[in-house]
Amino acid sequence: MADTMQFDLVSPERRLASHLASEVHIPGADGDMTAMPDHAPIITTLRPGILSVTGPDGTDNYAVTGGFAEITSGGTSVLAEKAVPAAEMTGADIDALVADAEAAAVGHSGASKDMSDKLLADLAALRTALGV
Amino acid sequence: MPNLKDLKTRIESVTSTRKITKAMQMVAAAKLRRAQDSAVEARPYTERFNAVMAGLAASVGTNESAPKLLGGTGSDQVQLLIVMTAERGLCGGFNGNIAKLARAHANELIAQGKTVKMLTVGKKGRDSLKRDFGDMFVGHVDLTEVKRVAYSDAQGIARDVLDRFDAVEFDVATIFFSKFVNVVSQIPTAQQIIPATFEDSGDSDGTVYDYEPSEEAILADLLPRGVATQIFSALLENGASEQGARMSAMDNATRNAGEMIDKLTIEYNRSRQAVITNELIEIISGAEAL
Repeated sequence: MADTMQFDLVSPERRLASHLASEVHIPGADGDMTAMPDHAPIITTLRPGILSVTGPDGTDNYAVTGGFAEITSGGTSVLAEKAVPAAEMTGADIDALVADAEAAAVGHSGASKDMSDKLLADLAALRTALGV
Repeated sequence: MPNLKDLKTRIESVTSTRKITKAMQMVAAAKLRRAQDSAVEARPYTERFNAVMAGLAASVGTNESAPKLLGGTGSDQVQLLIVMTAERGLCGGFNGNIAKLARAHANELIAQGKTVKMLTVGKKGRDSLKRDFGDMFVGHVDLTEVKRVAYSDAQGIARDVLDRFDAVEFDVATIFFSKFVNVVSQIPTAQQIIPATFEDSGDSDGTVYDYEPSEEAILADLLPRGVATQIFSALLENGASEQGARMSAMDNATRNAGEMIDKLTIEYNRSRQAVITNELIEIISGAEAL
């Protein structure tokens, strides 16, 4: 079994990372998952959270806010709407995201209210995880 | 015949024009490099995104419950044309070509009895379409203050468009922008973004994916992002095209100014020689008369 796979992290503006990784921990919309080499092909959307990549040079953490991940047996591509190294994410960034989410949630009810509540909860969890 | 002083002033004025166009050309060249870099850096995202969407759309797109952004509203009566041009002129036919394409498209749709609405991005396109289609404008996005196009700019435009779509203001949306080929060639392009069309790049290896959550949920989440992605890549292409067009326009202008200076200098020298000859004749005939 191969012990590494290709990992790509791209945002709309640029490619943030492209290297070999042995495992990628993904904050999936339905729950966290860890992709390892020879994973079954799967596409999942992301929730705001921490993406952590373990490669030959150690573990990198990125804060992502949405998008999706495509996992195949030979590699993992994460297409994140916004992704920054976790250390560079500031409280102000999260405040801005929370403000956006709250503005978007106005007038929601029923299922879409659940969705926006979940988004806010995810953002709060991300803030706690980052300790900002 | 213009006198010497006039000629001299003209030569000076054309020389300073040449300095300006030369400087603009160099600035455009530097900006072009940056614009091209951003376009290249954005490419992996767009390509992967479109590949995944093409796969998803193919598996979900055929059934009745497909999201409206993909399947359409079932009508194509109201058309929204999103015309993306530059905020500045002096870039050759760049703005004109996009406006021309949009105008032809709009006239065709009107001839078919469709309702046309227009959303303009960039001042120049708005100015040139105002006279013919002024009453069809539904909005304008001003990017004058934007130095470097960011994804958030595209998201802003996409949100505006999607809000209008949710409010059933239109059925079909098409963006008009210029595709960058190289410095001398930019192709004005029309691309339909709602209902979404995804070009299958053909490199899908037929992998069957699991989807989490369901295919429909992913599609519903990603389609609005797809609109933003397409607008973003159009903005980037436009940015590169604008600088490319400006660079070649300014290169032409610089060359023309150079030719003009040469011509004027020859004329100036001839006039000066004529004046000297005249003076000599006067002196000689004066001396002979004594």
